[in-house]
Amino acid sequence: MTQAFQKIYTKLENITKATCTIKAEGVANEEMALVDGRPAQVVKINRDMVTLQIFPGTQGIATNSEVVFTGKPPSIKVGDELRGRFFDSYGKPIDGGAEVDGEEVPIGGPSVNPVRRKQPSELIATGIAGIDLNNTLVTGQKIPFFADPDQPYNAVMADVALRADADIIILGGMGMSNDDYLYFKSVFENAGALDRIICYMNTTDNPPVERLLVPDSCLTAAEYFAEKRNMKVLVLLTDMTLYADALSIVSNRMDQIPSKDSMPGSLYSELAKLYEKAVQLPDGGSITLVAVTTLNGGDITHAIPDNTGYITEGQLFLRRDTEIGKIIVDPFRSLSRLKQLVIGEVTREDHPQVMNACVRLYADAANAKTKLDNGFDLSDYDERCLKYARGYSEKLLAIDVNVEIDKMLDTGWELFAEHFTVEEVGIKHELVDKYWKKA
Amino acid sequence: MSVNTELKKTTGKVVGIVSNLVSVEVDGPVGQNEIAYINLDGTKLMAEVIKITGDIASVQVFESTRGLRTGCLVEFEGHMLEVELGPGMLSRNYDGLQNNLDAMEGTFLKRGDYTERVDKSVKWDFTPIAKVGDSVSSASWLGEVKEGWIPHKIMVPFKLKGEYKITSIADAGSYTVDEVIATLESSNGEKVDVSMMMRWPVKVGVTEFKHKPRPFRQMETGVRAIDTLNPIMEGGTGFIPGPFGAGKTVLQHAISKNADADLIIIVACGERANEVVEIFTDFPELIDPRTGRSLMERTIIICNTSNMPVAAREASVYTGMSVAEYYRTMGLKVLLLADSTSRWAQALREMSNRMEELPGPDAFPMDLSAIVANFYSRAGYVELNNGKSGSITFLGTVSPAGGNLKEPVTESTKKAARCFYALQQERADAKRYPSINPIDSYSKYLEYDEVIENLDKTVEPGWVKKVDRLRNYLLRGQEVMDQINILGDDGVPLEYHIRFNKSEVIDFIVLQQDAFDKIDASCPMNRQQYIVNQVMHICESDFAFDKYEEVGPYFKKIINLMRQMNYQEFQNDKYKELEKELNEFVATRTVAQEAV
Ligand SMILES: Nc1ncnc2c1ncn2[C@@H]1O[C@H](COP(=O)(O)OP(=O)(O)OP(=O)(O)O)[C@@H](O)[C@H]1O
Ligand SMILES: [Mg+2]
Repeated sequence: MTQAFQKIYTKLENITKATCTIKAEGVANEEMALVDGRPAQVVKINRDMVTLQIFPGTQGIATNSEVVFTGKPPSIKVGDELRGRFFDSYGKPIDGGAEVDGEEVPIGGPSVNPVRRKQPSELIATGIAGIDLNNTLVTGQKIPFFADPDQPYNAVMADVALRADADIIILGGMGMSNDDYLYFKSVFENAGALDRIICYMNTTDNPPVERLLVPDSCLTAAEYFAEKRNMKVLVLLTDMTLYADALSIVSNRMDQIPSKDSMPGSLYSELAKLYEKAVQLPDGGSITLVAVTTLNGGDITHAIPDNTGYITEGQLFLRRDTEIGKIIVDPFRSLSRLKQLVIGEVTREDHPQVMNACVRLYADAANAKTKLDNGFDLSDYDERCLKYARGYSEKLLAIDVNVEIDKMLDTGWELFAEHFTVEEVGIKHELVDKYWKKA
Repeated sequence: MSVNTELKKTTGKVVGIVSNLVSVEVDGPVGQNEIAYINLDGTKLMAEVIKITGDIASVQVFESTRGLRTGCLVEFEGHMLEVELGPGMLSRNYDGLQNNLDAMEGTFLKRGDYTERVDKSVKWDFTPIAKVGDSVSSASWLGEVKEGWIPHKIMVPFKLKGEYKITSIADAGSYTVDEVIATLESSNGEKVDVSMMMRWPVKVGVTEFKHKPRPFRQMETGVRAIDTLNPIMEGGTGFIPGPFGAGKTVLQHAISKNADADLIIIVACGERANEVVEIFTDFPELIDPRTGRSLMERTIIICNTSNMPVAAREASVYTGMSVAEYYRTMGLKVLLLADSTSRWAQALREMSNRMEELPGPDAFPMDLSAIVANFYSRAGYVELNNGKSGSITFLGTVSPAGGNLKEPVTESTKKAARCFYALQQERADAKRYPSINPIDSYSKYLEYDEVIENLDKTVEPGWVKKVDRLRNYLLRGQEVMDQINILGDDGVPLEYHIRFNKSEVIDFIVLQQDAFDKIDASCPMNRQQYIVNQVMHICESDFAFDKYEEVGPYFKKIINLMRQMNYQEFQNDKYKELEKELNEFVATRTVAQEAV
């Protein structure tokens, strides 16, 4: 263990937009320091030249500014006192309360040994059919909402968080508007859930680079509750696009060669390091990670959503359905890869087939709609598909629907019977015999 | 066993750190790709030399470099990154550097926790194959142990060059892997002790075989869209590109469960940990139909998930390949799967950028193509020096940025791999799984005469031609679909609707396959043949309809019946019942057989 002694320097050799360089000895990689009182971190060491990234930026830093090394990597305090508290990116209270005094642990620590993980198998019910029926969530899963900035993703996420039966909810805000921050606070307060909430917040009022610390802080706190206390922890990270933007700002200032969309070549690894903290542990503790990745005009080929999709276990795609004028969870672009572990096993046996048939018929409806838009006559089947699609959107996909999964399945069978023949639906005979709603 | 332990090791000290790229000032000779250990307050961090300039060696550290300081001492090992090869690797879960994950303590991975790679305490029942006086060379089989159900050959270390005579060999009995089981003597009298374990540098291909003929025998995967349409051969190579969520991993897992191989090595390279958990949760429970044993007993997992250190990710694919080569040299049929090779390429990119090399397209290293080609070329079907054969069939996934196949990793891989299984977003969105695009995908092996000949022999005479006709129906279906979309349902002849629906039958019954259904998940070749013949019968029949509106519902019913059949045990009562119903229903509208 390194002794936490402090070294103080006052002669800066070099200052750029985001970094400064000084001559110093015995400094450790990734160690935290204060430069003129501002938090900074060692990002490069070349013999006795040490380069520090200053989180709030370098405006006003002078060559004689005081540099104090802390001898420690970035850390937060963890413990039960975290419950109900709100912090900034560095773990300083912003709720007027006292500093917490728990065990100090470095953030961004090592990952769980894959063979010590357990296969996730516990369903998280949200009441939203676009999620529970089509894209069932499981504890230990990591999944983002893909949404355009004008969609109510934070509200949906708050709903999911409160309905999910989690012991602890940790909210990480990155570049969040102050209004949204207050919204989350009041929603949690009104639900009487404050003692289950912990929050690390970087709002638009704070320097962007600071938000790089937020997800790691959230996840380190989550690991404490999941591993030490065997609790079910739900971590909410919003907005990961703004997190990635901060990464690109840093890498750009460090003169790294950008890859696609001006993002650093390490974007995949950086994001994976965070998302992979989602875990189901054998002793019942778990970390489930629900994030928000805002899109630019629905473009999921941009490097941020693209890399995210390659890392997470599915994505929940929000879209406005113009037919019914409501936000739905898009059944085509959304996916929960862990749903296989619970549907038809934990949920009713007909779940997989009903889910698939619903989506397939909705796809047929989309084809019919294209025909209609191109000015062609519709067949009787097309007409029925369109009617079905409307019912499906309204009764199941809309995010304001809040029902139990069995009810969702029943609704599915009702819609089938209302619009189609048994052959057209194409579900295994045994299930049809049992569940088909005879008119 | 003699190692040059007497030589003084080169040492050095850390002088620079940027992320996991560390500069070391050295006091002696160092080699490119040599392994070094950095001593950080007593914890040893493994690293590999990737560049040397004067007395500065740049090393990539296989661990987090947090807390590292200048002045930390470094020891160079005098060899490249090596695997340890011997009995006891089967059913193991290794990390990318061949550390045994199960042998590590604690919930979280710890830096510098390097485990024994091959268990040195287990005793194996050894039976000699060779005898004193036999002349042997590297990779000659000396004896055998039973590793699970695999006859694991104990071989002359691959590193030995030239001819040797066996001067002593152990009697049948139990030995640990580091006991001497044979002594060899070279023509100039040099003696070498051989144990059941050897070391091999992962980045060097094992070439202990007589020659590498073109692959000709099919490797069954149980996946119809592969086996029937674009089969891969034993010793063949293929790759599966596709956007996220298109089904690459599910497809690879399905193949790993059903493929007709002796040994499966799964390299989880920079992907999700939960996917590895799925393997080692499910595989011990699943039964390999060929041997009646649990699937885990023929599986080795090499796992460097996305949150594990990047440099070790690059090593993981080589570790997997070297282990595969070792088992191939025993005359086994090995299937190597890597998910995803793009993550490996990205690891190369991260390092290349940190070293400030001149970047190629999309900031990947300039020599990416060469690296990929070199790796794929290590797979193959080989005839061993003793006349036996062995093979490594390699299938890698590729994760193209933005799902766009015009990117360096896909393009480089396309030049190296012989089978191309393009997963398509639209098919995945429509839940038409596996989402292998039947038109764009290909198997170059179908151009080999010996392959055609062999398939005609093992499946049925004229099989490849028949599948060509099937493909043609698909193509024609696609064409008329485009027409219908432009001209409308009633703007095209009735015949177009029939053609389109015939291709839908092929799509739903042959191409689509439910990887999560107990029965449909795996389709043996004889069943595939049966299905293809049934489908072809329908495709090559003429149907009579009065108006186009009748066509869709009629074929939907056919599809529905045949799908039900796909969910049944082959040829059970229910299957036959459905088949009868199908035949009767088909007959209601058929006019006459189309000329073939
Ligand atoms: N053959 C199949 N049958 C049924 N569902 C499938 C099939 N293939 C894929 N899926 C569905 O698609 C999801 C994603 O598949 P998979 O994880 O294999 O994608 P991937 O291409 O590996 O994505 P990534 O690049 O992000 O790893 C699965 O979780 C499953 O829901
Ligand atoms: Mg995958």
